[in-house]
Amino acid sequence: MENITNINEQKPILELKNLSVSYQPGKNAVDNVSVDIYPNTITAIIGPSGCGKSTLLRAINRMHDLYPNIETSGEIFLKGKNVLETNPMDIRRMAGMVFQQPNPFPTMSIYDNVLSGYKLNGIKLNKKEKDEIVEQSLLSVALWDEVKDVMSKRGSFLSGGQQQRLCIARALALKPELILLDEPTSALDPISTNKIEELLFQLKSKFTIIIVTHNMSQAARIADNTMFMYLGELVEYGNTTQMFTKPKNKRTEDYLTGSFG
Amino acid sequence: MTNNTSSSTGTKRRIVKDKIVYASVCFFSFLTMVPLFLILWEVLSKGYKNFNLRLFTEVAPSSMDAMLARVSGEAIPGGILNGITGTILIVALAVLFTIPLGLFIGIYLAENSEKQFSKVVSFLTDLLQGIPSIVIGIIAYAWVVKPLGSYSALAGSVALTIMMLPMVVRSTEETLKMLPVSYKEAGLSLGSSYTNVVFKVLLPSGFGGIFTGILLAISRVMGETAPLMLTALGASLVNWDIFEPTSSIPLLIWEFYNDPNLIDLIWSSSLLLLIVIFVLNWIAKTVASKWKI
Repeated sequence: MENITNINEQKPILELKNLSVSYQPGKNAVDNVSVDIYPNTITAIIGPSGCGKSTLLRAINRMHDLYPNIETSGEIFLKGKNVLETNPMDIRRMAGMVFQQPNPFPTMSIYDNVLSGYKLNGIKLNKKEKDEIVEQSLLSVALWDEVKDVMSKRGSFLSGGQQQRLCIARALALKPELILLDEPTSALDPISTNKIEELLFQLKSKFTIIIVTHNMSQAARIADNTMFMYLGELVEYGNTTQMFTKPKNKRTEDYLTGSFG
Repeated sequence: MTNNTSSSTGTKRRIVKDKIVYASVCFFSFLTMVPLFLILWEVLSKGYKNFNLRLFTEVAPSSMDAMLARVSGEAIPGGILNGITGTILIVALAVLFTIPLGLFIGIYLAENSEKQFSKVVSFLTDLLQGIPSIVIGIIAYAWVVKPLGSYSALAGSVALTIMMLPMVVRSTEETLKMLPVSYKEAGLSLGSSYTNVVFKVLLPSGFGGIFTGILLAISRVMGETAPLMLTALGASLVNWDIFEPTSSIPLLIWEFYNDPNLIDLIWSSSLLLLIVIFVLNWIAKTVASKWKI
């Protein structure tokens, strides 16, 4: 995998080794995937519905722990930490997640939503620290100017696109290493989608981003590297431009040209 | 052409049928409201005479006082203060017992609906709801009155707790199940503990539904008489001691019914009970619609 974009030639921040996830014994939804993800890159995971993209993403922050019948095997290392053997709460603080449907906490104000990671973890902050975190987080998702006068309104008061940016701010506020996005724009209009894509592009200077998308052109627009998955298997992983122009695998080519999926 | 006309008469017939069905639905809906209005009218017209300040400030009169007043043509002296305070005491205690129990069971059922144990609990909750209130009264008598050696407000509240519990459990469970799973996942994805997600995200998000369930359960048990006869027994004075026999509004109504001299107080007491229950229901409805997510 020599053709993977690795800005500044750094060591991988996330390593998946022979990762398999199954919903039923003997049937792998993610089958033996091994990849290295490098810091400050955007990695897109593409593939047809049901190919295991979201399942792979949710294995990284151990969301599968919520559902006892899901089994995860293999190894995941996040900044050298063995994810499957560390307390999931610590892992999740290092890997923020943004979901398909914008889901700000409905009973919290915009201000409290940004700070919800701290509140839920029982971390006490003084007023100045709180204000600073809220302002910084909202500035980095370009939402500060739009909401600075309505901080005390509930999160659900905002438009869908704004809500999704609020959710990104909520994840950023905890200063994670990694941001995992699960089809974050599929419920949004094109303008909001565009804003979020620009935002992700700026955020990669500080964070490492993995985004699941069913939208191939979105992957082409923003991702440094792309993983193409099919039936749980990682078919191809490489530099986005190269994959979209000269795919190495026949199945990748078929998918990108619309022959299936 | 023939085809066209036949289809248009067919359409007409369907429209007429439609209108008849619609009219009968409206008629029967109206009919169901009639008993309610008749009850209201009856209680209002008979109860307003004694519905005065005394009702809230004085305890129930003795049969003798009431008889003397009747003979001299005066209004019956006294009110139902001992019943009002008793109802407040017993129901407040019951709410205190029910809320933590009901919330925890409801949370457990909502979060573990697949587990065999929670299916059993769920089934038993349904059964509990079907147990006649008099039986619950007997149980509370055996569990509380007997061991403590005295009828008491505590025993009454235990009986009411058993009656409220299934309602609070169900409403908590149903409300939490209706919340999008992504709230829980979002909370956990921030590194929160499961307990914090439940108490800081799920319960506040479901507050409207859960609170409504509690209010409706209160208004349901407030008028219970049978279980209290076997547990709280009744008292002719105001009592705030949870280990002493205590009166309640429905218990007083029962006592008034048994005493021809006190019959006039039945209606004003019933009126008060109805008003409180309507207000509780109205608050429940308002809260439910205001806190909709």
